[in-house]
Amino acid sequence: MNNRGQKTSQVREVWRRLKRNRAALAGGVIVLLFVATAVLAPWLSPCPPNEGDLTKRLQAPSREHLLGTDPLGRDLLSRVIYGARISLQIQIVAVVIAMVIGTFLGMVGGYYGGTLDHILMRFMDILLAFPGIFLAISIIAVLGPGLTNLMLAAGIYSIPQFARIVRGSILSLKEKEFVEAARAVGERDFDILFRYLLPNSMAPIIVQTTLRMATVLLTASGLSFLGLGVQPPTPEWGAMLSNARAYLITAPHVATVPGLAIMLVVMGFNLFGDGLRDSLDPRLRD
Amino acid sequence: MNLARKKIAKYIVKRILVFLPVLIGVSLISFSLLHMVPGDPAELLAGEDANSEFIKALRQEYGLDRPLYIQYFQFIFHVVRGDFGISIRNREPVINLLRERFLFTLQLSFLSILIAAFIGLLAGVISSTRQYSLFDNLSMVGALFGISMPIFWFGLLLMLVFSVHLKWFPAGGKGTLWHLILPAIALGAASSAVIARMTRASMLEVIRQDFIRTARANGLREAIVIYKHALKNAMIPVITVFGLEFGYMLGGAVLTETVFSLSGVGRLMVEGIFQRDYPIVQGSMFLVATTFVVVNLLTDIAYALFDPKIRYE
Repeated sequence: MNNRGQKTSQVREVWRRLKRNRAALAGGVIVLLFVATAVLAPWLSPCPPNEGDLTKRLQAPSREHLLGTDPLGRDLLSRVIYGARISLQIQIVAVVIAMVIGTFLGMVGGYYGGTLDHILMRFMDILLAFPGIFLAISIIAVLGPGLTNLMLAAGIYSIPQFARIVRGSILSLKEKEFVEAARAVGERDFDILFRYLLPNSMAPIIVQTTLRMATVLLTASGLSFLGLGVQPPTPEWGAMLSNARAYLITAPHVATVPGLAIMLVVMGFNLFGDGLRDSLDPRLRD
Repeated sequence: MNLARKKIAKYIVKRILVFLPVLIGVSLISFSLLHMVPGDPAELLAGEDANSEFIKALRQEYGLDRPLYIQYFQFIFHVVRGDFGISIRNREPVINLLRERFLFTLQLSFLSILIAAFIGLLAGVISSTRQYSLFDNLSMVGALFGISMPIFWFGLLLMLVFSVHLKWFPAGGKGTLWHLILPAIALGAASSAVIARMTRASMLEVIRQDFIRTARANGLREAIVIYKHALKNAMIPVITVFGLEFGYMLGGAVLTETVFSLSGVGRLMVEGIFQRDYPIVQGSMFLVATTFVVVNLLTDIAYALFDPKIRYE
């Protein structure tokens, strides 16, 4: 009961700090709108996203089509709305893959140390040696293009970040008195890791999860832009941009809208993630 | 002095000892690519229309019938001599295709990091000296846009405005510095944002320290205090960012190259994936990752030379 009360007051304190941060709140609102759009896509979109009318190709924004139409006469607004759904799906799956595997590797490496830690961290260094989107492209080279492989690639690409952050947190926590006390009363390693260390490492994990949602969206849409991710006719923002390139002069709005959507959502997650970092633990600030 | 040199040498040796296993790992991953893709490596190398005789010959030529560890050492032996095999599609040595493309990507990344460093450092320094001013707020909002904008979208917007409408720059192609400006700006935007934020934070920390106060109290001109004393110290953490950002540019260049139809190594790799031209993919992967690892090592060495803490630790 006492523990629960302490947690509630911690949450309240975080919320109090978050409320004062206007940029973080703005980010939170963008993220909420994005999630709501993704969930309510079938009710919000005025037309089916993959049905087009070739007689209405590349139309400028009008009353009938608020954001205009694409090269196949499909309603751009509906495609952008459904694109939110695809993006959120990719982000969630990829970030969960990275979070689960990365957290586990970071916990094991940080807690046991020694050769195991050394090998794990060198392996993370090797993954990080493939700069930026290049690692994800290399994974796609093995797995092949497609939505599932894209989520896997974006997930694997983010594992080292989680592993490093969690390892750092475990390294500083494992010397603390409460962990020594748990060891002294004969708690098993498994319990120490999951009942004592993991809950105390949640702040950096939550912050990293939020910020990674932004990076994963940029990476995934970049891969789809290159043709290595989600394939047409699925309304994915990166793929939509790629298709719009040929019509940059005649219908620039077709390229503008999906790019703007990516930027807004990435910005939302970045602002919210930065705010969360400052609210959860001001010491985590750069 | 001798002790300081020894410490720097020790630090550099330590970094090289970390660098070597990473390089071996990169070579292992690049080598494994062909074996991780489902299917017989010899058939993959031979291409779709190859007959069984050709596949057999290829298997022997590449030693694909030998144990994996021998194949790996062969791969390393060839790579060290600059031999990445023969392209499946072009039937040309991969190194011939890689050389020009890779040099181009290096040029593009180099120009981008110059632009990013110039904008990032300038904005970061001015923001830190005028904290919470209009300039500071605007440049930090600009930095937020910089890190949130997809490279490929920003590239398209630059092309739309400066090539299509204003006609100031060519929309694609290569050959002159002029062709590189827009792609370099698109590629460098995110990095300039990161460098600006980092410089601002680092400068804010330094200008509050005693030695800066002393320099001001001694009557030194503000410009000298900021650009000579403060910036020199604030640059130490920023140097690490340069190395990392340069690496991200090598990776991100693939998007810029696609937007501006430029033939760099990233584009070559993506084409290789589409055409199932695995020697091309392997060569590009190895070259880009190795360059990134070497750049990081050089950054660490530069860090050791600049940071007095390493000398006195």
